[in-house]
Amino acid sequence: MSWNQKHLLDIESLSSDEILTVLDTARAFKAVGERAIKKVPALRGKTVVNLFVEPSTRTRISFELAEQRLSADIINFSADASSFKKGETLKDTALNLEALNADFIVIRHSASGAPHFLSRVLDARVINAGDGAHEHPTQALLDAFTIRERKGNIEGLNVTILGDILYSRVARSNIWALTKLGARVTLCGPSTLVPKTFEQMGCGVTYNVDEALQTADILLLLRIQHERQRKTMFPGISEYTQLYGLNKARLAKTKSEALIMHPGPINRGVEIDSEIADCERSLILEQVTNGLAVRMAVLFLLNGGKGPQELA
Amino acid sequence: MPESNVILDAAAIGRALVRIAHEIAECNENSTEVALIGIPAGGNLLAERLGKILSDIWKHPVPVGSLDVSMHRDDLDRRAAPNIHPTVMPFDVNGKTVVLVDDVLFSGRTTRAAMDALNDFGRPKKIQLAVLVDRGHRELPIKADFVGKNVPTSAAEKVHVRIGQKDEVILERA
Repeated sequence: MSWNQKHLLDIESLSSDEILTVLDTARAFKAVGERAIKKVPALRGKTVVNLFVEPSTRTRISFELAEQRLSADIINFSADASSFKKGETLKDTALNLEALNADFIVIRHSASGAPHFLSRVLDARVINAGDGAHEHPTQALLDAFTIRERKGNIEGLNVTILGDILYSRVARSNIWALTKLGARVTLCGPSTLVPKTFEQMGCGVTYNVDEALQTADILLLLRIQHERQRKTMFPGISEYTQLYGLNKARLAKTKSEALIMHPGPINRGVEIDSEIADCERSLILEQVTNGLAVRMAVLFLLNGGKGPQELA
Repeated sequence: MPESNVILDAAAIGRALVRIAHEIAECNENSTEVALIGIPAGGNLLAERLGKILSDIWKHPVPVGSLDVSMHRDDLDRRAAPNIHPTVMPFDVNGKTVVLVDDVLFSGRTTRAAMDALNDFGRPKKIQLAVLVDRGHRELPIKADFVGKNVPTSAAEKVHVRIGQKDEVILERA
């Protein structure tokens, strides 16, 4: 068990031990979610600000519920209803929140590095809930948790990430997390969205969909992020579906025990057939349940003080 | 190297547990209401041992659980986040006489956290406390109902309870 972080900014700077610490801790919090009383007082009296400068539904709701189940007080900030519209900078907004004695700031921002910036100017603990195309650490942790729960171990598994990698912070965080834990990660998708430079992160890149599907123990699908594409990176959605969408014919080529994951929101009929999204091998809703436990674990670990872990 | 003394060996621990079990049996006439809950990590194996002895005394199985208390501690922001252990509650605590089992009673804060944590599972009829070693230095108005051995200590000393392959209790001088 080891945890020496004040903030959760990215997976890149975590050790495999620290990742496993989060996953072990999350297991206990998942059990709390199955009790009649799902709330524990671990963060009683602490204030958490959810600063979602970029729109988000599932991540924000998941963080909010995680905070409530830990008994924290919560302030929600969204881009459109806040001072950002009036021209206030991120730094000033954050300093104002800290002046209210916020203990944690959970930030989602369209600019890569925004959480890192906040961690340098604030005393509060900062959690990255997604920054631009950089990282989405809690998503990778919940994906790793889900894989570990279903497969027992992550080491030695083949994980194929299929889709829009270039713009995906989920892909980046997952590549870091899964390779640190000993999985072999292969990226696949249109060459314009899956540049070879990703090989520098320690994963494979292939443009042969069949090959990427055949070897996979875990198939992680990503949606096309239209909101981040400033120019057209491929001819069209229907062509993407035809060449890369997970349909029954492609699913038949995978190992029978291969599992399907997707961070959501899913686009039915685009990157995944509607029936496949609902099939037994799909872990999409388990990911949502596990996300809550993982976020509780992260908040719990970051809340720890400087003293020795052992009791006197 | 700090000086260490064995204050309880395996035989003494065995005798202490048998005595505690008989005291629990004497205090609780309605044996079917009693359940043991170990506080991890140190209390788990002790609770299991006590459960075995009690089921021999009562001639029926005694339910044994394990309750993680780390989410209910009052020092969470003062020290590194604690390891969380699995909570196993194979019975309904409502109406039960729950005997919390821990290895060492010191400040009493763990026991307080355990009582709070237990509340999340229901309302026991009674809560009792059994510990192998009471080393004093209470910071809360908490007292054990069943004690294996009272050990006067200074606050700087450490008490290590090892249960498993070789049972012993060691007092490490400061």
